Amino acid sequence: MNLIRYYIRKFFTIIKTEVFVLPSRMIVLLFFLTLLALPLITNDPYLLRILILASIFAIFAASWDLLSGFTGQMNFGHALFFGVGAYSAAMLNQHVHIPPWGSIPLGALGAVLAGLIVGIPCLRLRGTYLALTTLAFPIILMGIVFAIPNITGGELGISGLDRLARSRVVNYYIAVLVMLVLCTIMWKITDSNIGIIFHAIREDEVAVRASGINTTRYKLLAFCLSGFFAGIAGGLYAHFMRIADPSTLEVSMSFQVVIWSVFGGVVTIWGPVGAVFILFPLLEFFRFLPEFRMLLFAIVIILILLFMPQGLLPWIRDKIENECPRCKIRNVATRKSCRICATSMH
Amino acid sequence: MILDIIITSLINGSTYALLAIGFSLIFGVARIVNIAHTAFFMVASYCIYMITRKLGYHPIVGMLVAIPLITLLGLICYKLFIDPIREHEAAVLISTIALAIAFQEIMLLIFTGDYLSVPALIQGYFTVFGAKVFYQQLITFIAALVILGALRLLLMQTKLGLAIRSTAQDREVANLMGMNESRVAMITMGISVALAGFTGAVVVPLTTVNPFMWLHPLIMMMAVVVLGGLGSIKGSFFAAYILGFAEAAVVFLIPMGAFLKGSVALSVMILVLLIRPEGLFGVAFEEER
Repeated sequence: MNLIRYYIRKFFTIIKTEVFVLPSRMIVLLFFLTLLALPLITNDPYLLRILILASIFAIFAASWDLLSGFTGQMNFGHALFFGVGAYSAAMLNQHVHIPPWGSIPLGALGAVLAGLIVGIPCLRLRGTYLALTTLAFPIILMGIVFAIPNITGGELGISGLDRLARSRVVNYYIAVLVMLVLCTIMWKITDSNIGIIFHAIREDEVAVRASGINTTRYKLLAFCLSGFFAGIAGGLYAHFMRIADPSTLEVSMSFQVVIWSVFGGVVTIWGPVGAVFILFPLLEFFRFLPEFRMLLFAIVIILILLFMPQGLLPWIRDKIENECPRCKIRNVATRKSCRICATSMH
Repeated sequence: MILDIIITSLINGSTYALLAIGFSLIFGVARIVNIAHTAFFMVASYCIYMITRKLGYHPIVGMLVAIPLITLLGLICYKLFIDPIREHEAAVLISTIALAIAFQEIMLLIFTGDYLSVPALIQGYFTVFGAKVFYQQLITFIAALVILGALRLLLMQTKLGLAIRSTAQDREVANLMGMNESRVAMITMGISVALAGFTGAVVVPLTTVNPFMWLHPLIMMMAVVVLGGLGSIKGSFFAAYILGFAEAAVVFLIPMGAFLKGSVALSVMILVLLIRPEGLFGVAFEEER
């Protein structure tokens, strides 16, 4: 009993001293709570559908950030992982009749394999070369999909897959919970030792190798991890839309994920997630002018990047929080002195 | 059959070579990955369609008006959307992607998604060993070779070419030697977009014009640039014809080839990269790749 009381007290202390002191952490907490409590307020299937898709694409965008933002391996063909995840989940479901809870992880394993196949030739390339080469992989796979229509369904794709769940609300909870859990895991990975090595590989690969770290292994690990998360996103997408079609492999899909991540701010994980939850509903909101939809979307992106080239969310964060000049701990912008070391903030 | 393959590959190769060299120039000088490059090619095609079909002028007039117009458009876009954020490479990338999407949507709004066509400069064809060669194909091929030759002269023989080459080699040192780096970048952007416009002008009578015509050339152009070695103009030239030939051969020889043409050409690129990571004619810099 005492132990339980201790943990409860510890929980509240952490909330009070670690979460409520920083507006960005409060925003994250609010984001979690709003997403989880939303079906209690509204049952509008259209709104839930937008949020389900936004959650799926949030996993996808965060997985791009894990690979390209952190290790600096610019991947322009991220749709490959999404498409492989979607197609393998769909084929397992259609031809072998494995239910969604089995086919999605197995599809993600397929995407890991794709990550290895792409990663090994790409280890020798760097920077723009890598970006332009990876662009080729989804297009190669798309050609194969079109060439064997009796297995992959060709242009029409594989349709009539099992639903995730019967009702829209349960679908919503599955997508949102998976998104929150996976994004937290990605965030934790990037905070761990592996994440630090990823950072270091982006900054100076030769120095990392000189410190006795096998960079090849870590780069392949990044490809596999990123492929796994993107594959889960792809499998969820296939089972939610109940179709896996060639649009999951298109160039626009690869570009879309880069747009989301850079717009939200790379090397953060939370940046891309936030960006998807801003941009995806925005695109739906522009639906009242169907012809101008993509044009307005493009203009919004160009304008925002002109004024905040490091991304929208880091820009906002820098506005509401300051870094202590002495101990490098973040503080609310309104504080005069640091909350840890009490130095003056200016 | 073999002649058909050769003709198609020469035409495709010339298109890719013109596009890839423009792309590679601006990348080499200013480190800008200009995704919107083929979008300028698309806008140029629409411009020529507008002038010849809607306003009823001769195709030559269309070309002469379209190329300067596109160059101007490119320079305006560069000044407004790329120059202010040039230090942030990722932001430049997204900005050019968004620019390409914006162009596509504007063209979709004005001309709808219909497939349009433009009259050839000279109608008709002649036969060589049983293969039809349209006069327009001959014109396109020769024009591409002429413009590539002119570009080579410009880069190798003039002072401007020297400035462009040296800025591509080392930006900081070129700046220290008294070259105005941002002006060189601006001029190179102009040349690069003019090349895209010119490609549109010579290729458009052979293809159909639609708002999504920039996607396939974009991918092939990037493959050419990587295969030839970034920044190597000779490399881009040969790689363009190699990939053009691979595409044409697949379309003519394999059933279902039209679906596989992109796949095979890109697989060729990846295979070559496995053996030579710096591309066919690239020089391996430790920093760059």
